[in-house]
Amino acid sequence: MVRLNVFLLLAVVICSLGVVTSQHKARKVFQALEAEQDRARQLEVEFGQLQLELSTWGTAPRIEKIAREKLKMHAPEAARVITATQGGGLPR
Amino acid sequence: MMRFKGKVAHKFAESPLLQMRLPLWRSRLMALLILGSFGVLIVRAFYLQTLNTDFLQEKGDSRYRRDIEISASRGRIADRHGDVLAISTPMKSIWAIPPATTLTPVQTRQLAALLETDVKQLTHKLATDKTFVFLRRQIPPAVAEQVAALKLPGIGQDKEYRRFYPTGEMTAHMVGFTGVDDKGLEGVELAFHGQLLGQPGSRSVLKDRRGQIVEDVGSIKPPQDGQDINLALDSKIQYLAYSHLKQAVADNNAKAGGVVVLDVRTGEIVALANWPTYNPNNREGLSGSQLRNRAVTDTFEPGSTLKPFTIALGLESGKVRSETIINCAPGRLTIGNATIADAHPHGALTVAEVIQKSSNVGAAKIAAMLPSQKMWQMFDDVGFGQVPRLGFPGEVSGRVRPWKSWRPIEQATMAYGHGISVSLIQLARAYTVFARDGDLAPLSLTRIESSTPAGAVVFSAKTAREVRAMLELAVLPGGTAPKAQIPGYRVAGKTGTAHKLEGGRYANKYVSSFVGFAPASDPRLIVAVMIDEPSAGKHYGGDVAAPVFASVMASSLRTLGIAPDVPLVVAQTPKASLAKAKL
Repeated sequence: MVRLNVFLLLAVVICSLGVVTSQHKARKVFQALEAEQDRARQLEVEFGQLQLELSTWGTAPRIEKIAREKLKMHAPEAARVITATQGGGLPR
Repeated sequence: MMRFKGKVAHKFAESPLLQMRLPLWRSRLMALLILGSFGVLIVRAFYLQTLNTDFLQEKGDSRYRRDIEISASRGRIADRHGDVLAISTPMKSIWAIPPATTLTPVQTRQLAALLETDVKQLTHKLATDKTFVFLRRQIPPAVAEQVAALKLPGIGQDKEYRRFYPTGEMTAHMVGFTGVDDKGLEGVELAFHGQLLGQPGSRSVLKDRRGQIVEDVGSIKPPQDGQDINLALDSKIQYLAYSHLKQAVADNNAKAGGVVVLDVRTGEIVALANWPTYNPNNREGLSGSQLRNRAVTDTFEPGSTLKPFTIALGLESGKVRSETIINCAPGRLTIGNATIADAHPHGALTVAEVIQKSSNVGAAKIAAMLPSQKMWQMFDDVGFGQVPRLGFPGEVSGRVRPWKSWRPIEQATMAYGHGISVSLIQLARAYTVFARDGDLAPLSLTRIESSTPAGAVVFSAKTAREVRAMLELAVLPGGTAPKAQIPGYRVAGKTGTAHKLEGGRYANKYVSSFVGFAPASDPRLIVAVMIDEPSAGKHYGGDVAAPVFASVMASSLRTLGIAPDVPLVVAQTPKASLAKAKL
């Protein structure tokens, strides 16, 4: 009788320690998940900001300004435009 | 006692006191009492755990459980190539609870510096007896972190979103803008508000002592981000339209102007620009005139740009053919007690020449052959007098009076676009009947993936082609708009020069317009241009609006890589041109 009691007591102690550790582990893992999700949100925000930046740098007025002033580009005259057609020849 | 101490007769365990037996009832009573109190505890526990759970649950929740709102962001607005036109990014707002805020002068200075406000203003704000004030809204998250690092009592922050418009004033009327609380106020932001808006989610969590989330409890309601909207707009063409319009308004010292570019095949609005405009990122001191999306909300008497419709109806009903001679001499026509005059008197003209030379008298004479009900029906069929239903705020229907009340003179003036008012977008759309084979394309703000949606048929394909040929004449030498020509492409279009109505009378102010499409052999784009009150000497549509049309159309066709349909003399000898290029 005494031995059975001791055995059961031991079993209870081990089980409860198990519960404690698994709870602890679950929380750790949950926190890691939370952190990653936070990071994902952060990255999404950053993606949006970068997209905004991309659009701002890439606005047509800026491109034209740089093309004209810095790179000294200009639109070709119509006479100097050759249209290549799929057949390889010039348009009729 | 002394006797016991003196000689110990027996051990403690054998003490006669212990030998005495307690009365049985005493131990029974004790046992009963203890049992009873256990019973009370069990009943109490049972009561708390199963019958009256709310109280303890609430106490526990209030200590650990928190409901968190998960914010959802508003959808992006992008152009047809996916370039962002409007995007929300999170910002912070800094608020204070003035009664709880006690700052040292140093702290106040620090805070004012971070918030970029005046120290005086800040102390004034904090001195109120309100329980909540916003110190500054929409500041970058990095600055907000610095504010949080100061750990000031009574100062807190909230997350909010701010909308950015990278293309700024260029697309202002098209995209519109939102208010501080993310509500669409103008343009596409308003038209598509329901789709753009996100639905915030929520979750209940357990937090530990350090404020970290340790567990989700209950169900999570995931946030729903707003849908992204892909407009039909092409940023490049929009820029071209905007910059050429801006230039033309400045050159002609005009009051305002508008340009609409439509895709003939799909009815998509590829560009829509107005002048004056505004910067949606900084809307301080905005005036109503800047805000107005003229192409959609303002109507004007279109003038001669309406003649092709009269002629088309004439052709369609078989009253005239394109080579029928109309006598337009002596350049004046009297109906009742009113006289219609041509800007330049003409003699006998064919119907095609009536368009080419833009003769009011010719158009009026053709209109006289048509029943007024049929004419009204045609105007209605091409969308005049009807709200375009794009969802833009302040869309107007324009004015087409019911045919029963038309007097002969009115029918005559309507033939050349007076006594009727339309918006620029209606006019551009109406021209799809000529650019396509007689059917009216439905307009679309958003990108259309599938090919050509069919529209309601207004004219037969034969009539549409005939009118197209006449419109081509108008831009050739001898027509009213040789300045609308584009090297390499066949162009078709019509000028319009209308007096403005002021207080019921025609004033000496003009609205110059041009609507046209190219390449005429297989139309791809319609460009409609309207310049309001040009006052730098020129006012004819052919001089003011046609050049804008030509430059917008030419650069748009090049941008889209649409093949020229006129063989260029130089292009046939590429070696010569290349040799020239090397010099």
